[in-house]
Amino acid sequence: MVDTANAESHLKDDPSRRDFIHIAAVTGAVGGVAALAWPLVDQMNPSGDTLALATVEYDFSKVALGQQVSINWRGKPVFIRHRTPAEIAKAVADDHAAMPDPQTDEARVKPGKADWLVLVGVCTHLGCVPGFGGGEYGGWLCPCHGSVYDTSGRIRHGPAPKNLAVPDYAFTGPTKVKIG
Amino acid sequence: MSGHPPSTYEPKTGIERWLDARLPIVRLAVDLMDFPTPKNLNYWWTFGGILAVCLVTQIVTGVILAMHYVPNADMAFNSVEHIMRDVNYGWLVRYIHANGASMFFLAVYIHMARGMYYGSYKAPREVLWLLGCIIYLLMMATAFMGYVLPWGQMSFAGAVVITSLFSAFDQVIPGLGTAITTWLWGGFAVGGATLNRFFSLHYLLPFMIAGVVVLHIWALHVPGNNNPTGVEVKSKQDTLPFHPYYTVKDGFAIVAFFVLFAWFVFFAPEALGHVDNQTPANPLVTPAHIVPEWYFLPFYAILRSIPQKLFGVLAMFGSIGMLFALPWLDTSKVKSMRYRPSARIFFLLFVATTVLLGWCGGKEPDDMVMTMGHTATGDPTGFSVVWFSRILAVYYFAYFLLVLPILGLRETPTQVPANISTPVLGGAAMPAGSAAQAEKKG
Amino acid sequence: MGRNTLIAALSAALALAGLSLPASARTTQAELKPVPGGFTFEQPVFGRFDQGSLQRGYKVYAEVCSSCHAMDLMYYRNLCQQNGPFFDPKHPNSNEAPICKAIASSIKVPDVDQDTGDATQRPATAADKFRNPFPNKIAAAASNGGAAPPDLSVMARAREGGPQYIYSLLTGYVSPPAGLTVPAGKYYTPYFPGDLGSAWTGAKDKVPQGGFISMPFQLSPDRVTFDDGTKSTTDQEAKDVATFLAWTAEPKQTERKEAGLAVMIYLLLLAGVLYVSYRTIWRNVSH
Repeated sequence: MVDTANAESHLKDDPSRRDFIHIAAVTGAVGGVAALAWPLVDQMNPSGDTLALATVEYDFSKVALGQQVSINWRGKPVFIRHRTPAEIAKAVADDHAAMPDPQTDEARVKPGKADWLVLVGVCTHLGCVPGFGGGEYGGWLCPCHGSVYDTSGRIRHGPAPKNLAVPDYAFTGPTKVKIG
Repeated sequence: MSGHPPSTYEPKTGIERWLDARLPIVRLAVDLMDFPTPKNLNYWWTFGGILAVCLVTQIVTGVILAMHYVPNADMAFNSVEHIMRDVNYGWLVRYIHANGASMFFLAVYIHMARGMYYGSYKAPREVLWLLGCIIYLLMMATAFMGYVLPWGQMSFAGAVVITSLFSAFDQVIPGLGTAITTWLWGGFAVGGATLNRFFSLHYLLPFMIAGVVVLHIWALHVPGNNNPTGVEVKSKQDTLPFHPYYTVKDGFAIVAFFVLFAWFVFFAPEALGHVDNQTPANPLVTPAHIVPEWYFLPFYAILRSIPQKLFGVLAMFGSIGMLFALPWLDTSKVKSMRYRPSARIFFLLFVATTVLLGWCGGKEPDDMVMTMGHTATGDPTGFSVVWFSRILAVYYFAYFLLVLPILGLRETPTQVPANISTPVLGGAAMPAGSAAQAEKKG
Repeated sequence: MGRNTLIAALSAALALAGLSLPASARTTQAELKPVPGGFTFEQPVFGRFDQGSLQRGYKVYAEVCSSCHAMDLMYYRNLCQQNGPFFDPKHPNSNEAPICKAIASSIKVPDVDQDTGDATQRPATAADKFRNPFPNKIAAAASNGGAAPPDLSVMARAREGGPQYIYSLLTGYVSPPAGLTVPAGKYYTPYFPGDLGSAWTGAKDKVPQGGFISMPFQLSPDRVTFDDGTKSTTDQEAKDVATFLAWTAEPKQTERKEAGLAVMIYLLLLAGVLYVSYRTIWRNVSH
């Protein structure tokens, strides 16, 4: 006990040195643990092979007018819909109707390609996949909680807050679209 | 000194008092930090803390690897390579885990050797020692099953050989060994079912280790630490509070250990592995020369030194069983070999024996330790590895069964100090000079 | 004395254990030890790949090896990732790097027609695996005299000597010594592991080193034309492809070594600070 007390009293004589070296040691150790934490967190982010598949190309030459295909993009369905003039007209006519997430039909397609509507087929409410042809707007109806989307994929009524998302995509050829 | 001294924790705020009355977990932590620890512990005592860090490291990296690994015979090998190539920092996590196993065993062997040298297994610490032996057994099971998971050629061969050890029981009751191996495999050979169950158990066992570690620390805190003199703590003068004295010393030792660890992880990640494990498992081909991981080599050498299958297996298990019996085999009243000059020599021979057994385990049984000539067909003759390992195995068992029981009754120990502080403070009761001299660097 | 002896003994023990490790990892087969190829990238701390050599090595693989050997763990995008053969800092995203897209699109890979389900071929993308020359392992074996060419993805980690072994094997074909009967469809090389005892008619204690390999000698001067103007000798081709395979065996090894250097410096500094902290706290404890 005697020398313990001595040691402690001696340390108290020299607070600056004591403080500096111990704070440096603790800071260094904490810093190291923090730096190590990043790899342990980052490993849960998408891996290289997942990222490599973040882009898909699709040849839509076989999608007839009035049909749609669902393709798998990043594990989610993407609807590629070949819209009829009637569907387009219906969507444009409603451009200025009251809706939860107002957007014109033009803003949701590529210029001059209004017949091709590309949507992420995930309901913006809680992630279910809406089906085409249901609901009173001739567009999509989500089976889970009844969100109704029109022929432009815009939310018209129901619990969903947002329109069906339009992914990043580009036409890479006359019959080819690249998504992502 | 028995058990914790009266608690010094005094809850200051209302919340602390509220919690302390319901779950005194802060009190527990404070008391652990204040735990009176002999002030003469040397660096060999830091390996307990190093082992705790190893266990945490293995569990954390292991849980992460399990997020990416696929325990399926067709996909396991490639999923490991997926971790190495595509998972963010996957290579780092995997190399830490793979080399962490080796570091874990390196530390545990030093920890065990320290306990054997300083008599840490003797009364009143027998239960502490036994719990340590159980941890070691669980570690071996965990490491073995973990090595199977990458599903390379050596993984597969290892699984086949180790599980086949149990087929030796066919020599006790015909059919018993076969029944056990079939049950272990979940099939008629090591296969997908085996891999999947090994994965499950490899995930489970570390948490059981963690549980036994809690008991191990509990059993440590009842009698308190042993120390290099082997003399029990007599007064408060002999001890220091664990924090900050041993937190900082252990902390330094842990970081120094990490330097070695990091060298393997970053600069020689496969130095302790085997090239054959980079070939996917193929049940139709066994590699030309199969060896277990280095930490199993001494036991492997004992197994191979006996030509009869059942006795070989029994000898191997017996060599580990010796550790459990150790507290009752050593008859010496003196704990620390610092005061047992002759025991010290036998102990050093024992350490050398296990290391040499490890060397033998890595060789082919027919390799020559000393080549003396050649047969007509050109094969070397002389002193073979198998004979060398027989001699070593005999000493291994003799150390436990003959040396320690007899030596304790016949040797003359040097004078043991009256208490820890006396040799430390350079008091009158100085023993043969040796202890004090060694102590100064402590 | 007691503790010093213990330290000495344990250090000696550890040193012995260290010595025994390479021995335990070595096989007892009597093949010739590989010749060092002067591969500086093997240096554990500072070894780095030469990008030019990696590019030439890929070309040797693509034009020679890939007609028989698959690399199932490699994707075309890997060629353009950091520290890879075709990494270009202007295109850090290997999936979008033009060189890899171009390399991939020049190769046809099997696919299934989305409408008919028939087997079809399409140009590869950067996300595709290296094309496997055979539809399955049985076909690979059947086309190669019963011995399926092994996958080369991790070959440099799967053989003692790694790239040195690959280099030695590729350049080390020699005519069999008199007295050695080489089976039909096999070739003799002293670097390939095997046991030639049963094919040897000479003195029993002079069985030649090496073994029989099913792969004929492959490389020759100008078999591959290097884009960077490097003279295409057999030796150069073998060295470059060994370098390339050393990279494919562990594509993240440069990242590993670089991180290791930083970690080592950090750990040594922290150890120093902790040691001073420890000495400060223990300064007045006689122990």
